[in-house]
Amino acid sequence: MSKHTITLTVNGTEVTKEVEARTLLVHFIRDDLELTGTHIGCDTTSCGACTVMLNGRTVKSCTVFAVQANGAAIETIEGVANGATLHPLQEGFWEKHGLQCGYCTPGMIMSAKHLLAKNPNPTEEEIRWGISGNLCRCTGYNKIVEAIQYAAAKMQAAEEVPA
Amino acid sequence: MTTFHDPTKPKHVADRFENKHAAPVGSSAVVATTEEVRVTTPPEICGMGHRMKRKEDPRFIQGKGRYIDDIKLPGMLYMDIVRSPYAHAKILNIDTSAALAMPGVLAVITGKDLAAHGLHWMPTLMSDTQMVLPTEKVVYYAQEVACVIATSRYIAADAVEQVVVDYEPLDVVVDPYKALDDEVIIRDDKELKTNRIWHWEVGDQAATDAVFANAAHVVKQYMHIPRIHVASIETCGMVANYNPATGKMQLYMTTQAPHAIRTVFALVSGLPEHKIQVISPDIGGGFGGKVPVYPGYVVCAVASLLIGKPVKWIEDRSENLQADSFARDYHLEAELAADADGKIVGLRVNGLADHGCADAAANPSKFPAGLFSICTGSYDLQAAHVNFDAVYTNKPPGGVAYRCSFRVTEAVQMIERMADMMAHDLNIDPAEFRMKNFIKQDAFPYKSPTGWEYDSGNYHAALRKAMDMIGYEDLRREQAEKRARGELMGIGISSFTEVVGAGPSRDYDILGIKMFDSAEIRIHPTGKAIARFGTKSQGQGHETTYAQIIAEELGLPANDIEVEEGDTDTAPYGLGTYASRSTPTAGAAAAMAARKIKAKAKKIAAHLLEVNEDDLEWDVNKWQVKGSPEQAKTIQEIAFAAYTNHPQGMEAGLEATDYYDPPNLTFPFGSYICVVDVDSGTGEVKVRRFVAVDDCGNIINPLVVEGQIHGGLTMGLAPALFEEIVYDENGQCLTGTLADYLLPTAVESPKWETGHTITPSPHHPIGAKGVGESPTVGAPPAIANAVVDALWHLGVRHIDIPITPEKVWQALRDAGVTE
Repeated sequence: MSKHTITLTVNGTEVTKEVEARTLLVHFIRDDLELTGTHIGCDTTSCGACTVMLNGRTVKSCTVFAVQANGAAIETIEGVANGATLHPLQEGFWEKHGLQCGYCTPGMIMSAKHLLAKNPNPTEEEIRWGISGNLCRCTGYNKIVEAIQYAAAKMQAAEEVPA
Repeated sequence: MTTFHDPTKPKHVADRFENKHAAPVGSSAVVATTEEVRVTTPPEICGMGHRMKRKEDPRFIQGKGRYIDDIKLPGMLYMDIVRSPYAHAKILNIDTSAALAMPGVLAVITGKDLAAHGLHWMPTLMSDTQMVLPTEKVVYYAQEVACVIATSRYIAADAVEQVVVDYEPLDVVVDPYKALDDEVIIRDDKELKTNRIWHWEVGDQAATDAVFANAAHVVKQYMHIPRIHVASIETCGMVANYNPATGKMQLYMTTQAPHAIRTVFALVSGLPEHKIQVISPDIGGGFGGKVPVYPGYVVCAVASLLIGKPVKWIEDRSENLQADSFARDYHLEAELAADADGKIVGLRVNGLADHGCADAAANPSKFPAGLFSICTGSYDLQAAHVNFDAVYTNKPPGGVAYRCSFRVTEAVQMIERMADMMAHDLNIDPAEFRMKNFIKQDAFPYKSPTGWEYDSGNYHAALRKAMDMIGYEDLRREQAEKRARGELMGIGISSFTEVVGAGPSRDYDILGIKMFDSAEIRIHPTGKAIARFGTKSQGQGHETTYAQIIAEELGLPANDIEVEEGDTDTAPYGLGTYASRSTPTAGAAAAMAARKIKAKAKKIAAHLLEVNEDDLEWDVNKWQVKGSPEQAKTIQEIAFAAYTNHPQGMEAGLEATDYYDPPNLTFPFGSYICVVDVDSGTGEVKVRRFVAVDDCGNIINPLVVEGQIHGGLTMGLAPALFEEIVYDENGQCLTGTLADYLLPTAVESPKWETGHTITPSPHHPIGAKGVGESPTVGAPPAIANAVVDALWHLGVRHIDIPITPEKVWQALRDAGVTE
């Protein structure tokens, strides 16, 4: 199996590694970089547990090869908080009980982050469509929607505070 | 089979202790219903009733959970599985040479290798047997045939492709009614050459027949409760780590029942039980699918034992959907009888259970059809009789629960559909019909015709509240207007009774192990605590809710209590988390263990305050002298004294363990109302509104209860409208990915509207009942009833779940509505 050297930025840190051509991005993130917050749920792009940000857009890392991320900037759940300060989305998920088993949560937060970057003040329906690529088996989604609304409001309020 | 609690027997240990939450115990006491969640502790203590944010969440929201695939041990090997492309075939030969020749492949394990150690068969939790790996033939599509052990997961997957298996296909039995003919015998390993597994009856057949003979009205319906799969977002897996130097086998495993699994592994493998440590790490959803032992777990452990290195096995989604235990698959012929006044008098059910190739249900052993006999539901009827057969077919072994207490969903789907059908036939509003037929509040504890003793209930209050919340009369008016315009709108009700919290040791065991559960609490000198349990959360929030129970009892802040589960080397023995049993059993054990600690704390306080024990009274978090509350010792002061200044002659320390054997199960209930709009052109069903009023007795944490109910409702919507595991005539599974097996997303899942009534369990130490599965049980018939309600005037009497657009469209076409 041919090997390739790839260089990419993961959560702000540049990494260079040799990978097999067939290595999936999700395995590269989890096994090579030991960032196990990104999960695998279906292997077929259906569940969204493996959602990460690639150059500012969400991708399902189970169907992206690591070599395709060469030169890219990747953000995973481990890069979402600002040091010890939780991101408003993380805070919202905790505050509103937006998670139960926690397995879909990292992917759900990444999709929500992308949604709020595109649309800072989404309606409930827009939130539901925005996370429709992420399956959750525990929560029934109501409280995930509330968590994202909480984050949107908090991020909006922070924007409005004069510097 | 009866499950009466004998009121003449001594009451449970609970009676020996103060019981401030439970309603008065007594065979005829009516338990009052309230709506206000009772809170007796301040927010800094966060006992019962507080909407406490979950203690487990910080690690999950930062991606720092530790699930099975996150575990990486030095020198770890990987296992992958060769699976059968046939549902029924003889194995002529397995050629492993090409796989073994690949660099990085250490071993290929076949049934013959296991047979050398007597490990090629294993018991199921229902005392049936199941192949680990086959030596003669395969009996279901995607069955495990051989396992490859390699240095990486990619090499293992490559090697799977290189294992060459010669099969000779055999005739396949997919239809359970055909299995009854015994023309093709699936389990020819058994002495009796038949596909029949068991026959089971409950109730009084003669009395039921008599009631039916005199009934004014009878409705009859066949229904199939289809095969579904829990499809937790995390699949199953194991890291087995055998250490040849110490002889210790560590099994990191996605299991909902770590202690029972340890015992089963010890009995099957012959390894001494103290040398087996089962560790259930964070689990990404269980819902019943992580109760059984699957062949992959066994081979993974054997591989580590043989090779002496850690071995990891993680299923992929297709393996999970195609080969793990399924749920449901009950075929029911139901008849409901009513008298001339529209009062239900009798129920008769003939059932056929399709168990696939093994009875691998995880029911209590005396209950082959689980707790299906709760099927008389919320109605006070005179007689019932249930008659069941179970058969083998060429499908994966089953059936486990799908977020349900042992076949209660099947029972509730049946009785709620039948009640609705009777109401419609008699032209009585379904809500009015239910109100007329409910068991009355003063009839509790209620003895059902199939042998249950319902602990408490107030069905009228729950339905009335649901009707008020949704605006029932207005909706009926709207429906009439729309119907006049040709629009299809339906309103469906489900008023279910659940039965959870297995169970009393007299009647409940799994493989002989009684279904108690346990709690162990240790208070440290500085007043902080660790509590360990025999259960195992898979998202239910035990780290928070158990801490709140202990906080309620002892006044220790919930945040000062570490809750730990899932390590059999440290936690007390218990049967695990499934069937909504954690709060009824281990939650009760938490309260009882805390009360033991409180009793000892009282003696220490009396010693410290130099007063008689009888002069002390408890107040939130301290023992104080009656009449002079300024003389008091807090639980923290007492804890310190327990290690530094305890009375002479008393054991030092402040800890207790309780193994709780419940006197009865708990019977949560609720009334759900669903409003659907049906597109007459496409057959699509849209759930416009859904109100769920649940009663799970006293509430430990309203936030967590809401979460449990929302999640269960979506898992009830799923089989009602979307999910079904489907096989073709050759036994090939057609729903092996999440692109074919449709889980609801946030778009299909409606905005759930929830409410509650509170009717405490009179026998539970904190008056609580299980809740996690009520919505999964209650939601499907509410949705199905709503769809049929929308179509009844067109002559549609019943549609089996999942109610897909195709089925609705076909029903409309048959009714002449669409071309």
